[in-house]
Parts: sequence; structure tokens; C-alpha cells
Amino acid sequence: MDSEKIAQLQEKARQLRVDIVKTLHKSQSGHTGGSLSAIDMVTALYFQVMKHNPADPAWPGRDRFVLCKGHAAPALYVALAEAGYFPKEDLMTLRRLGSHLQGHPDSKQTPGVEVCTGSLGQGLSMANGMALGLRLDGSSSRVYAMLGDGELQEGQVWEAAMAAGHYKLDNLCALVDVNRLQIDGEVAKVMAVEPVTDKFRAFGWNVIDIDGHDMGAIVAALGQAAGAKGKPTVIVARTVKGKGVSFFENKASYHGVAPSDEELPKAMECLGEQCYL
Amino acid sequence: MSTMIATRDAYGQTLAELGEENKNIVVLDADLSGSTKTSIFAKKFPERFFNMGIAEANMVGTAAGLAAAGKIPFVSTFAIFAVGRAWEQVRQSAAYPKANVKIVATHGGVTVGEDGGSHQSVEDIAIMRAVPNMTVIVPADGPETAKAIRAAAAYKGPVYVRLGRNKVPTVTAEETPFEIGKGVQLADGTDLTFVTTGLMTAQALAAAETLKGEGISARVVHLATVKPLDGDILLKAARETGAIVTAEEHSIVGGLGGAVAEFLGENSPVPLKRVGVNDRFGTSGKAEELLKYFGLMPADLVEAARGVVARKGK
Ligand SMILES: Cc1ncc(C[n+]2csc(CCOP(=O)(O)OP(=O)(O)O)c2C)c(N)n1
Ligand SMILES: [Mg+2]
Repeated sequence: MDSEKIAQLQEKARQLRVDIVKTLHKSQSGHTGGSLSAIDMVTALYFQVMKHNPADPAWPGRDRFVLCKGHAAPALYVALAEAGYFPKEDLMTLRRLGSHLQGHPDSKQTPGVEVCTGSLGQGLSMANGMALGLRLDGSSSRVYAMLGDGELQEGQVWEAAMAAGHYKLDNLCALVDVNRLQIDGEVAKVMAVEPVTDKFRAFGWNVIDIDGHDMGAIVAALGQAAGAKGKPTVIVARTVKGKGVSFFENKASYHGVAPSDEELPKAMECLGEQCYL
Repeated sequence: MSTMIATRDAYGQTLAELGEENKNIVVLDADLSGSTKTSIFAKKFPERFFNMGIAEANMVGTAAGLAAAGKIPFVSTFAIFAVGRAWEQVRQSAAYPKANVKIVATHGGVTVGEDGGSHQSVEDIAIMRAVPNMTVIVPADGPETAKAIRAAAAYKGPVYVRLGRNKVPTVTAEETPFEIGKGVQLADGTDLTFVTTGLMTAQALAAAETLKGEGISARVVHLATVKPLDGDILLKAARETGAIVTAEEHSIVGGLGGAVAEFLGENSPVPLKRVGVNDRFGTSGKAEELLKYFGLMPADLVEAARGVVARKGK
């Protein structure tokens, strides 16, 4: 893909990082680190790769996205708002009583959200079901599912990985946000999940290992996934938790903490073009 | 103003003390040790603490194995995951063999707040109560939590203890006895009885004060143990006050209200009203807002009390 398009996507991701930080600052509750590590991939999906129609969220021809790591809901909400599923002002109601923007994605309430997630480990199974259903209907739509690396500790993820391999779900692409952190600390210390690529390969998946903040690599990997036949694809994305805001980066303590009043201007400064790109 | 302590904080402290006293106590958590406060034990006794990662089903199964090996495992995560994700492991591996597993779940009920309905367990008491061999305890405050955790450790068999996220007022006294299966009367009254558990006991005590001003005398019976149910204290309340309002931070289906209605329906029917979450899922919001939204405030209890008193003798 041409470098101009990549640069546009990078700029979009930067804007969405700003939206994530502002949204979480307003709510004073929510998950900063895992939203910022995921947003480059979410940007590539919603603004380059996926077929979807914000004016008709239920359009049958759409590609589906399942945010298995549902606590990163802010990353999904800012993308949906930017795409036009609902007004951007709604972001400022995140996690408030009466808001359609629940703490974790709720398909009953938010246009563009496909299923309810938030309890880790359940999303990939639902993505499998969607992929099976779409295949039965002869649809060309694809299903994307994003998981956390800590989430890989859930046994259900591997039941789903086995099933996707068994049923050769080549209309399914999982993305694993390998930011090396979970709540209690480093994934490697809490409960090791590596080698992630070997595990998925053993379950019959096509595996692509990338830098999850390299926009060109993300778009290329998603393209490669669409071309892979007879197997589901997993993109194992190496990321930085809190990416883009220096003092959030690589810190488990920022997993579920919103930016404070003092941190907001500093975070905005980090996300300014000169400091970010 | 009474002191405010989160029950999970009292749990963390007590667990660390118990670890000192009894070397057989081991603790398992699923990537939430900072929130459940098992981190205090983990710091003191790292060799007896096992972080199982985000894998609750495996955690409960492992705890059952540790119990089979003679240990006293305390298993902690949020209520929704302990009871939800690991339900059949709780049933098959822990309860069926009557394994000595203590499931101490924090973040029960709607006061979880902003995380929303996915994280607010409003059905865990009902689910655990339905499991044979299971004991179910929902302490009202910090000091009672400390006593309940000690009682759970001393008891032989599976126990489910449900704790909360936020600070709650202390309503029991230092000398208030705690015995598994026994309720305590925290206020006397003659016109109706509030039968409550968890943080709703504090709400009922406040409601009883308001009712006093209206000339309605309300008794408050706190049932920290929802199972086994204290039938004696319920029969006495039904006989002496003739009307019951139950209150819990939980669905009105199958929890404390369900248990009390089943028992009194069979043994001593009186006008009864269940106050709780009205068979709905939770939602995002601040804890205090949600108590109001779901009708769990003292004012809601006052209204329920007026209702049952009006139904008496009809
Ligand atoms: C079944 C379940 N157990 C526990 C939690 C609580 N929880 C929320 S986020 C999280 C850590 C997730 O780590 P990871 O998957 O690596 O996400 P990321 O680093 O991308 O934020 C945990 C344990 C949950 N949401 N679901
Ligand atoms: Mg992670």
C-alpha cells in the first residue's frame, strides 16, 4: 500500500489516541493501557480493511469485529464514533448511568457493537459462531476478533482455537494484542503464555507475527489473512501497553486507571505530532 | 458516624493473619490479587500463594486438589467469575466431594459500579445456594467479614463468601457473635421485620429509624449466612412481627428473598416483600447512583415496609 495511505491511517490512530485519553479522563474510570495498545489495529480494521456501513450497522454484508478483550471498549467506541455510528459527544458519557456506552461492550445498546464481551475468554467462541454462520450463508464477510495476551490464559480460548482450526475457518482472523502485561504484572510472571505463535500453529492456524504499532505491517498482515485459504489466521501483534503516552507505557499499574487532571495535558503533549510520530 | 471499611479490605487483612496462624492455608487468585486483597497474603507468604492467571475454572479445580492434599485453599476473584466461569468446577470438584475449599469472591452486586452489567453479579447467591453441601455467607461489614473468614477457615467443607468493592458502614459490634447458620437481631421491633444480608443491613437499619418517626416499629434481622438458613430467627420474626421485608444487593430471584419466601411459605406464611434487583442485569454508573436506580435505598425499604404492614390481617 502507498505510504500516503499509511500516513493517513497513522494520523487517524493518533487522533483516536487523543479521543481515548480524553474519553477516559472524562469518565475517570476505565482501561487506558490496553485501549492504547490496541488502537493501531482497530484503526486499520475500521478505516481500511473492514467492509461496514455506519448508517446501517446491521447491513448483512458487513465484516464483523469482536472485541474479546472487552475492557478495551474505549478503543472500540472512539473508532465507532469516528466512523459515524453515533455522535462523538456520546464518548463523554462513557460509563455513566444511562449511557449507551457501557463499561464493557454491549450489543443491545451501542450501534456497531456485535456481541457482549467483558468476561475474558468468551469472544473467540462467538467469533467462531459468526464465521460458521456466515459460511453457511455463503457470505464473503469476514470476522475479526481481538484478544489480550493475558486473556490467552483462559481455557475457552484454546477450545475456540481448536474449533476454528478444526472447522478451517478461513473467514476468521484473530488478532492478539501481545503487550506483555496483565493486571497483576507481567504475563510471563503471572502465568506464561509464550510461545503464542507455536500454540496457534499447533491448532492449525496460519500465524503472522508483527509489530502491532507498525501500520504498514498491520494492513499487510490483514491482507495476507484474507488471502489464506483453508485455515484461520492469527496476527500475533507485539505491542506496548499504554502506547503513545510515555508515562503510561509498559506499566501494569495503568491497566485500569484513567488519566488524572494533571496527566491530561501531559498526555496530550505526548500525543502531539512532533512527539508522537 | 460509624467507621467505613470495605469487606474486601477486612478479608485481605484477616487472610494474612490466618496465614501466620495456620501453615495449611494456601491462597489462589486469578490476576485480580490487588483488587481482591489477597495480595497482602501473597506478599507475606509468596510460597503459599498461587496466581493462576486469568483461568478461573482451573483455579477452582486446583484448589480442590490442594484440599485433597490436606491444605485449606482460599480462592479469590470477582464474584461473577468465581461463580460464573467456574460454576461447574465449584459444583463437581469442590462441593460434590465436600472439599475444604473456601471461595471468597469480591465485587459482588451492583456496587461494582462503572464496569457495568458484565461485571455485576446479581445471581451468585442464588447459584451458590442451589449447590448441595455449599455454605453461603454475605457479611454486612468489615468486622463481621473478619469473623466470617475465621469461621470459614475453621469449618470443614466448601464455603462461598460474597464480599463487596466499596467501603460500607460498620453495623455490627465487636461483641456481635458470628456463627455459621445463625442470624443476629440488630434492632428490635414489633410491626415488621427486615431480613437482610450484606450491605443492605445498613440500609435496613436506616429505614427502621425513619419508620420509627412514622410510628412503625421495625425489627432488623441480619442473616450473614444465607445457607444454611436460620429458621428459628425467621419463625420468631414471623410470629412476633407478622410481616417480613427481605433485602439484598442481588436479584430477587433465588437469593435471600427466595430462601426466606420458601421457608416461610412452608412454615409460617405472613405478608412478605422481597427488595432486591428486580430480575434485570446491572448497568454502568456510580455505586451510589446504582443503589438508587435499582431501588436499594432506605427509602425503598420504608415503602416496602409500609406495604407489608398494610397487608397484615387481610
Ligand atoms: C473471565 C475474566 N476474569 C477476569 C477479568 C478481569 N480482568 C479484566 S482485564 C484483565 C487483564 C487482561 O489482560 P490482557 O488480556 O493482557 O489485556 P490487556 O493487557 O490488553 O489490557 C483481567 C484479569 C475479566 N474481565 N474476565
Ligand atoms: Mg496484555
